[in-house]
Amino acid sequence: MTGAVLHDRIWRRFTPAERLARFAAYLAIVAAFVASLRTVEVIPEFLYDAPEQMADLLNRMWPADLAYYPAGVHAALVETLHIATLGTLFSIVLAVPVALLSARNITRSAALNWLGKLVLVSSRSVNSLVWALLFVAVFGPGALAGTLAIAFRSVGFVGKLLAEALEEAAPGPVEALRAAGAPPASVLLKGFWPQVQPAFWSVALFRWDINVRESAVLGLVGAGGIGLVLNSAMDLFQWDRVATALIAIFAVVIAAEVLVTQIRKRIL
Amino acid sequence: MTAASAGGDRRAFRANWPARAGLLALVLYVLYAGQILDLSWDRFVFGLDQGGRFLSRLVPPDFTRWSLLLDGLLESLQIAIIATVLGVAVSLPVGLCAARNLMPWWVSTPVRAFIAVCRSFHPIIVAIVFVKAIGFGALAGILALVVASIGFVAKLFAEAIEEISMKQVEAVRATGASFANVVTMGVLPQVLARFIGFATYQLDSNLRNSTMVGIVGGGGIGGTLFAAFQRFDYDFLCAILIAIIALIMLGELLATRLRAIFQ
Repeated sequence: MTGAVLHDRIWRRFTPAERLARFAAYLAIVAAFVASLRTVEVIPEFLYDAPEQMADLLNRMWPADLAYYPAGVHAALVETLHIATLGTLFSIVLAVPVALLSARNITRSAALNWLGKLVLVSSRSVNSLVWALLFVAVFGPGALAGTLAIAFRSVGFVGKLLAEALEEAAPGPVEALRAAGAPPASVLLKGFWPQVQPAFWSVALFRWDINVRESAVLGLVGAGGIGLVLNSAMDLFQWDRVATALIAIFAVVIAAEVLVTQIRKRIL
Repeated sequence: MTAASAGGDRRAFRANWPARAGLLALVLYVLYAGQILDLSWDRFVFGLDQGGRFLSRLVPPDFTRWSLLLDGLLESLQIAIIATVLGVAVSLPVGLCAARNLMPWWVSTPVRAFIAVCRSFHPIIVAIVFVKAIGFGALAGILALVVASIGFVAKLFAEAIEEISMKQVEAVRATGASFANVVTMGVLPQVLARFIGFATYQLDSNLRNSTMVGIVGGGGIGGTLFAAFQRFDYDFLCAILIAIIALIMLGELLATRLRAIFQ
């Protein structure tokens, strides 16, 4: 047995450099947490009566004013769904060319790839509420601003994942089509599209699910949908109506999630 | 393809009528929904005109009130860090309780429902409720983002636990270990790497949302942003936006670094 030799060695999973990096990361996290806790401005008086305030809020919300749903909430809820769906569709229309531009195996130019990536990153770094603010300033309050905000925020997400799917496509069918003299449009449609189709549907569904959630808050900055109802009910302290709107949002979000899961199970 | 071999149809690719019908339905839906939402070409063109003026007022960005800007950014950063640490710490036990392979159904089902509730509301909506309950300020934002963190991290953590190999768990159990030991020795080593991935992703996501909770009074730079917007203070708005984007990109870089260390 070589056990005698092995006994003297201390076996470690990580190299000293790795252990040092981990230790530094832990230290940095703890230091950042403690520093934040000590400097963050929390008003203690607000904290003391928080349980009372919470109970008061729930009291005002309960029972929810369900009679208000047909008159005030339903139309806004439908509008929210339309904003999410139209925004997703529009974002796909915008994202496909950008994805083609940033996929290295389709556009063979580093400068153009970089341009495509830049468009995708800038779309993702701006929150949908900020996009909504900008479009409200441009197009005025309403669903148009909300739809465009959803579309512009989603371009980065859809485009990035689509470009990754395109780059992973097998080159065989594409080269075969090119060798047969197919025009570029046919190469895209018959060479790439069948390969990226599953990823495409999955990304589109996933983004639609996220957009249903996001479009519910756009109304807070005036960009249409159920957020407007929520905002005006809060401004008027009609908390039972706020509760109705919250229940409606919850139901729609859960329904969207179930729908997406079912579709994924069936077709993917 | 069978038709081609029979010699009747010589086309390599036959027309896909269901797909065309689907496309037509999609176009009809877009027209219908566009009409409902009152999206018209005139409004769009009018908006482009307006947009030109808006853009010209955005530049040059006005950084003269940089101390206000820095305070807001710092508060957003504090909110994100505290909310991520607390949220991830709470997500560990919650995610463990939601894993169906370790817990009986009467524990996992209510916990899963709780996670679903946390997930289904946008952090901004949760922030509204907390602002009403505990007043304006950073605390409301922190609590809202803790809820969002639980919704995301605990769900993925539970799914990761459900995918582990039960052999190691059974081996630890066979030595007569307590439940706590089974968790720390049999379960956690298998999922810790993925858990750190979720946590860094959540840090990134919380940083994005912490710049927004201020719009409803939850502290951070969002309040400054919304105030600048409502006062048509567009050159300051532009400066805030640039600062937010820089902070988010920095956060993304940091999260990537952190993940590389723990891989």
